[in-house]
Amino acid sequence: MKVLVAVKRVVDYNVKVYPKADGSGVEIANVKMSMNPFDEIAVEEAVQLKELGKATEIIAASIGVSQCQEVLRTALAMGADRAVLIETDAAPEPLVVAKLLKALVEREQPGLVILGKQAIDDDCNQTGQMLAALLGWGQGAFASKLTLGEQEIEVIREIDGGLETVALKLPAVVTADLRLNEPRYVKLPNIIKAKKKPLETLSPGDLGVVLATQMTTLKVAEPPKREAGIKVADAAELVAKLRNDAKVI
Amino acid sequence: MKNILVIAEHDHATLKTATLNTVSAAQSIGGEIHILVAGSNCAGAAAASAKIPGVAKVLQADAGHYAHHLAEDLAVLIAGLAKDYSHVLAPATTFGKNLMPRVAALLDVTQLSDIVGVENADTFVRPIYAGSMLATVQCSAPVKVITVRSTAFAAAASEGGTAPVETVPAAAPLGVARFIGQELTKSERPELTAARIVVSGGRGMGSSEGFKLLEDIADQLGAAVGASRAAVDAGFAPNDYQIGQTGKIIAPELYIAAGISGAIQHLAGMKDSKIIVAINKDEEAPIFQITDYGIVGDLFKVLPELFAELDKLPPA
Repeated sequence: MKVLVAVKRVVDYNVKVYPKADGSGVEIANVKMSMNPFDEIAVEEAVQLKELGKATEIIAASIGVSQCQEVLRTALAMGADRAVLIETDAAPEPLVVAKLLKALVEREQPGLVILGKQAIDDDCNQTGQMLAALLGWGQGAFASKLTLGEQEIEVIREIDGGLETVALKLPAVVTADLRLNEPRYVKLPNIIKAKKKPLETLSPGDLGVVLATQMTTLKVAEPPKREAGIKVADAAELVAKLRNDAKVI
Repeated sequence: MKNILVIAEHDHATLKTATLNTVSAAQSIGGEIHILVAGSNCAGAAAASAKIPGVAKVLQADAGHYAHHLAEDLAVLIAGLAKDYSHVLAPATTFGKNLMPRVAALLDVTQLSDIVGVENADTFVRPIYAGSMLATVQCSAPVKVITVRSTAFAAAASEGGTAPVETVPAAAPLGVARFIGQELTKSERPELTAARIVVSGGRGMGSSEGFKLLEDIADQLGAAVGASRAAVDAGFAPNDYQIGQTGKIIAPELYIAAGISGAIQHLAGMKDSKIIVAINKDEEAPIFQITDYGIVGDLFKVLPELFAELDKLPPA
């Protein structure tokens, strides 16, 4: 079975970002970029499925500027077999990303698509569910464990009260939550090998998708800052403050 | 102005409180509010929805295949109803986050996740980058499909209304997903997202036995217990305790963080709490930058002392 994995290039999770001076967006010039952490988990899961003999080929796809090749090379170094970059300077909305991925799914015919559950930049948490809807497939969103069978995939999902298990007919879409696995550390020989793996570049037009937008960002600003309070000496003083000043206990 | 459809989150018999916060967000958009209760034998939840003041109509879709709230099946139903509405809102819980992008894609519209503010009927405020920034976004879609962060909107009243309940036909099941089971964390304590007080532990708790100290204090205060991602990853606490960017977002009156250093991803989940207390042995821990009251010290010494102090506290 072919597995398609979608990876997004985002500001590295350790970097503190700021609004642009004119408030028109987020300042990302000269900021360290990395693969979205949830997408790393998605790639790792696909690689583990291949190691178990359940996946035959892993295709990593990314959508965005030409530097997205770097995150695709990371995916290849982790164990993906080939990569596809759908190159655009626009920052497409999740619905458009889902349409591009749907077109890629129709071309590649994977039996399973794995994505990260959300990107840590826009925090949308939409693309996987939208892709599943457009394809008419089942969706295992926020997955913490996968069991891949012949006709079905069983997905344990992280939900508000605990865990839920669903079975999805294959092909299906799964989005990775934090505890699905721990992504491997990429070794140098694999980085070198990854440079020789095929990486194809397409345009949205090649896939017949128009980059429409329905959303305009009017302003980006920092939320009001919370002031640091005081240090108290011990539990007795804390309880007194909570009772008498804050009046919360 | 068309009407607003709120998707109820419920357990068939009763409503989840996040539904009330979502109704309140709908009220701030303005327009006639309808609530959809889709479930199996869900007359109880429909009756509860009808009592919310300001709700004009309750739509009840009752079918066996809605028993487990599978997004695949619910999305077809909601997309079919949505054409008559200007806005479709659901709480930004795992229920709403799973469902609403699917609804939006079926309608060929964009979706707005996790709104924390309403500027007007097409402009909303939502957090990005783990809440370190707020984006004001304008949406041109004919139907605005939205998930609502419940901590940003006060809960609407749950009594006093008398809306009519109307039955709507269920949509055919899609047949691509099947519910197998659920493993819910059993607890006598209040639900994390609804608790007035939350006592939370991080990696510094050292073990799941360490969490026992927090649980004792939580029980004294009638509080819920939470955890940082590090504590969950280390196996000290179950996954549904996690507070943060990708876990639960809470804003209780009192948040007590023990052994939590305060990564931005954690702060994203609790920084809107009214009073924040931190106990940490590292004086430089970032959590102290946002705490109202901080104790620098060994939590294995401070927590038992706190328990003893609370024990002798006279009733308020």
